[in-house]
Amino acid sequence: MLKFLEMGGYAWYVWPSYALMLIVAAINIVAARGALRDAQREARARLARARPREHS
Amino acid sequence: MAWVWLHRFGSPPYFYRVARRLVPWFAWPALLLCLGGLIGGLVFAPPDFRQGEGFRIIYVHAPAAWLSLMTYVVMALSAAVGLIWRMNVAHAVAASCPKIGASFTAVALATGMLWGRPMWGTFWVWDPRLTSELLLLFLYLSYIALRSAFDDVARADRASAVLAIVGVIDVPIIHYSVIWWNSLHQAPSVLRFGAPTIAPSMLYPLLMMLVGFTCFFAAVMLTRARAELLRRERTAQWIVEALDADQGGPSRGGGRTEQSAASAW
Repeated sequence: MLKFLEMGGYAWYVWPSYALMLIVAAINIVAARGALRDAQREARARLARARPREHS
Repeated sequence: MAWVWLHRFGSPPYFYRVARRLVPWFAWPALLLCLGGLIGGLVFAPPDFRQGEGFRIIYVHAPAAWLSLMTYVVMALSAAVGLIWRMNVAHAVAASCPKIGASFTAVALATGMLWGRPMWGTFWVWDPRLTSELLLLFLYLSYIALRSAFDDVARADRASAVLAIVGVIDVPIIHYSVIWWNSLHQAPSVLRFGAPTIAPSMLYPLLMMLVGFTCFFAAVMLTRARAELLRRERTAQWIVEALDADQGGPSRGGGRTEQSAASAW
C-alpha cells in the first residue's frame, strides 16, 4: 500500500494531478447544478411577478 | 430527416425537456467509466519502462487536454450554427461551454507542468504545444469576458460567436504542434492515424477515461444549457410548464432519476 502511494518516487507529481482533476470535476458539477437552480428560482420569481394570480 | 431532428432540437422547450432526460444517461456512464479508468490506470496498468510510475499522470492529463479541445470545437460549432440560423438553443449551448473548457484547459496545463517537472526537468517551456494550449485558455477567458461585456444577450451571442469561430484555428495548431514543430512534448499515441503506439493494458484505462470525460462534459454542458435557456427565454409560456415539470407534477420520474444520478456524483 505504501509502495503504491509512493508512486515510484513520483508521488508529489502524480497525486496532486489526480487531486486537482477531482476538485475541478467537482466544481464543474456543483457550479452547473447551482446555475440551473438559480435560473429556475429566478424564472419562478419572474413568473410570479408577471402573473401573480396564476403563480402565487 | 436530419433537418427535422435539428429543427426539433432548435426548439427551446423540447431541448430543455430532452436535456433533462439525457443528463443521467451521460452522468452514470461518466462515473462508471472514470472509476474503471482510474482503477485500471492506477492499479492494473504496468509502470512505463522509461517513466516508471510517473507516466500515470497521463490518465488525468490526456482526458483534460482532450476535453479542452473538444469543448472548444463544440462551442465554436454551436456558435456558428447559432450565428447562421439564428438559433437560440445553439447560442445557449455555446454559452455553456467556456467555463467547462477553461477549467479543463487549466487542468491540462497544470498536470502537464506536474508531469514536465520530473520528466523534462522544468515546469514550463515556451514550447509550441504548451504555448498554443495556453493560448486556448486565454481564448476561453476572452470569450467569457466578451460575453459579460454586453447587457444585450443577442449582441453578446453574435460578438462571442465571432470570437469562438476565429479562435477555432488554435485547435488544429494545438493538435499538430507536436508534429509540425520540434517539440519537447511527445507525439500523439492514441489519436493518430494507424494503430495506437501504447500497450493495451495502458491504453484501455486511457480510453475509458477519455470516453468517461466526454460523457461528463455532456452531462455538465446540458445542465448549464438548461440554465442558459431559462435565462434567455424570459417570458415564454413554455417555462411555466417546464418549471412545473421540474418541481414534480406529471413527469416526476424524470426529476427523480436526475436527482439520483447527481447525488451519485
